[in-house]
Amino acid sequence: MSLLAINSLQKSFVSPDGERKRIVNVPEFHLGAGQQIALRGESGSGKTTFLHLIAGILAADSGSIRLGQRDMAALRESARDRLRAETIGYIFQTFNLLQGFTCLENVLLGMSFGPGADRARATSVLERVGLGHRLHHYPRQLSTGQQQRVAVARALANRPKLVLADEPTGNLDRKNAQESLALIRETCRETGAALLLVTHATEVLAGFEDVNDFDVLNPAGDAAS
Amino acid sequence: MTLSLIVRRSLRQHLLSTVVTAMSIALAGGLLISVWVVKVQSQTAFTQMNIGFDAVLGARGSKLQLVLNSIFHLEASPGNVAAADYLYIKHHPAVKRAIPIAVGDNLRGYRIVGTLDELFTGVEYAPGKRFELEPGGRLFNEEDQNAKEAVIGNFAARKLGLKLGDTFHPFHGLVYDPTKQHADIYTVTGILKPTNTPVDRVIWIPLHGLQTMSGHDPKYATDVSAVLIQLRSPSAGFPMDLMYNRQGNRLTFAWPISAIVADLFARIGWFDQVLALIAYLVALVSAAGVLVSIYNSMAARRRDLAILRALGARRRMIFGAIVLEAAAIGTLGMALSFAAYFAIVSGVAAIIRAQTGVLLDPWTYDPVMLWAPGGMILLCALGGVVPAWKAFRTDVASNLSPIS
Repeated sequence: MSLLAINSLQKSFVSPDGERKRIVNVPEFHLGAGQQIALRGESGSGKTTFLHLIAGILAADSGSIRLGQRDMAALRESARDRLRAETIGYIFQTFNLLQGFTCLENVLLGMSFGPGADRARATSVLERVGLGHRLHHYPRQLSTGQQQRVAVARALANRPKLVLADEPTGNLDRKNAQESLALIRETCRETGAALLLVTHATEVLAGFEDVNDFDVLNPAGDAAS
Repeated sequence: MTLSLIVRRSLRQHLLSTVVTAMSIALAGGLLISVWVVKVQSQTAFTQMNIGFDAVLGARGSKLQLVLNSIFHLEASPGNVAAADYLYIKHHPAVKRAIPIAVGDNLRGYRIVGTLDELFTGVEYAPGKRFELEPGGRLFNEEDQNAKEAVIGNFAARKLGLKLGDTFHPFHGLVYDPTKQHADIYTVTGILKPTNTPVDRVIWIPLHGLQTMSGHDPKYATDVSAVLIQLRSPSAGFPMDLMYNRQGNRLTFAWPISAIVADLFARIGWFDQVLALIAYLVALVSAAGVLVSIYNSMAARRRDLAILRALGARRRMIFGAIVLEAAAIGTLGMALSFAAYFAIVSGVAAIIRAQTGVLLDPWTYDPVMLWAPGGMILLCALGGVVPAWKAFRTDVASNLSPIS
């Protein structure tokens, strides 16, 4: 049985010149529990919008996004927020760490909107990503690679069923990118979380058994601006 | 924990604007509490201030002037009371005690008042409180007509630097004029302990000393300026009021003293209202400052808010965090406002004490110390609603750049 089952998902936006553009038009997509899938697509092809729809950050125009037993697309915003906090870990390309909070606080905050802040668990996850000695450092005091690790720890701290990774290596050099990717995949395996990673970088796709082309998955989507 | 952490970190991230806004609230709150406390305390202190007397008999004129002159030692004397009038009221069956005072001289601006030592030995200037002398002092000798001795109010002694055994020349008039020095030389025999009443600002000498001061007109040597009166019963004032004020036309019977002073406050009530209005407006502007301060920082906060929302924070939590932040700035400001309040009231109290001898106490509790901070924090929280609404409407996806 699929952890994530998407059917007839559509999302469009009105462009500044008044034209309605359909960005996402995915007839069907499935992701099994613990499965790791990479989506390859060019910049501006609608990959981020697709992940935002799965995470419930954006509301779909139509279609369904079944995550376990619940349809994200049919939920009200507050219920989507709750479901996201409880079952999804999101790793952003720019990490999106809160600069005024320490590493530990960034992870704790992520947890607090879901099942609840657990200091021991947050510390243990940060130790797992090699930042046990940087718990009380602020993001600006860390290297780019270390910031990415905090983002990974934050995404995994709630033991999510699904991890969404949006160009997670886009801001890293080659060495850090490989290490970071390995870390994301390993920690997802350790926690049993499914991973849906989107990227335009072909070198990132190398280790994935399941690689989908987003243009194939999203056949009638207009390019996002 | 989450909300509190978000608010604390946000306050720290915008430390400069937090501090500046909190300081403006502190000044506004301090001003508001000060205006209120000074108004309430001064009204209470002045209307209850009678140094143990129920009424004052003086020359025909304004009751208020009579009270201000003889109790507060502020105004000019409206005129003299003949010795016969003093003796008449002294022996009136409704009068328990009548103590004459005579004014007309000063020492470097501090009034010299002639009176009887009975003022210090027989009168409670406040319930249960009698005049006491600093160690080593004694009252002036009023039996010996040649003894020129003085008892100094505590505040006047400190300001004039007078000690036991010091001597001084009185100066004629209520306003200090160095060219109008009397030839008489008085010796300080006692310094009163502080009473926090107008008595503290006065130099007291025997009645006959002032009446017969060199240079004073001998024609008026038996007159007094006013008579301080204790009645045998509170209702005894009615017939005396009738006798002096309605049927007579030579003298004024100022009774009851508290009502006359209260009338003064009623007359200057508009001034209180103007001050209060200014304080309220300053408070309103400060609360608006919270709104502007947070609102102006919203552009910088949008990304953080979007991240929080992406992590699962509900819109209402974001709204609550901003309102709570505004309230926290208000709370910080109002905590600091007590420092501003103490500074303002201490300054005002020093001026009032120097001018009247009446002491205001900034440490005395007043309900305004609860409702002003409460109201101000509420006002600040309301000021936070506008930016909170903007935060509530923050679009998550468009603020989580970049988009691939």
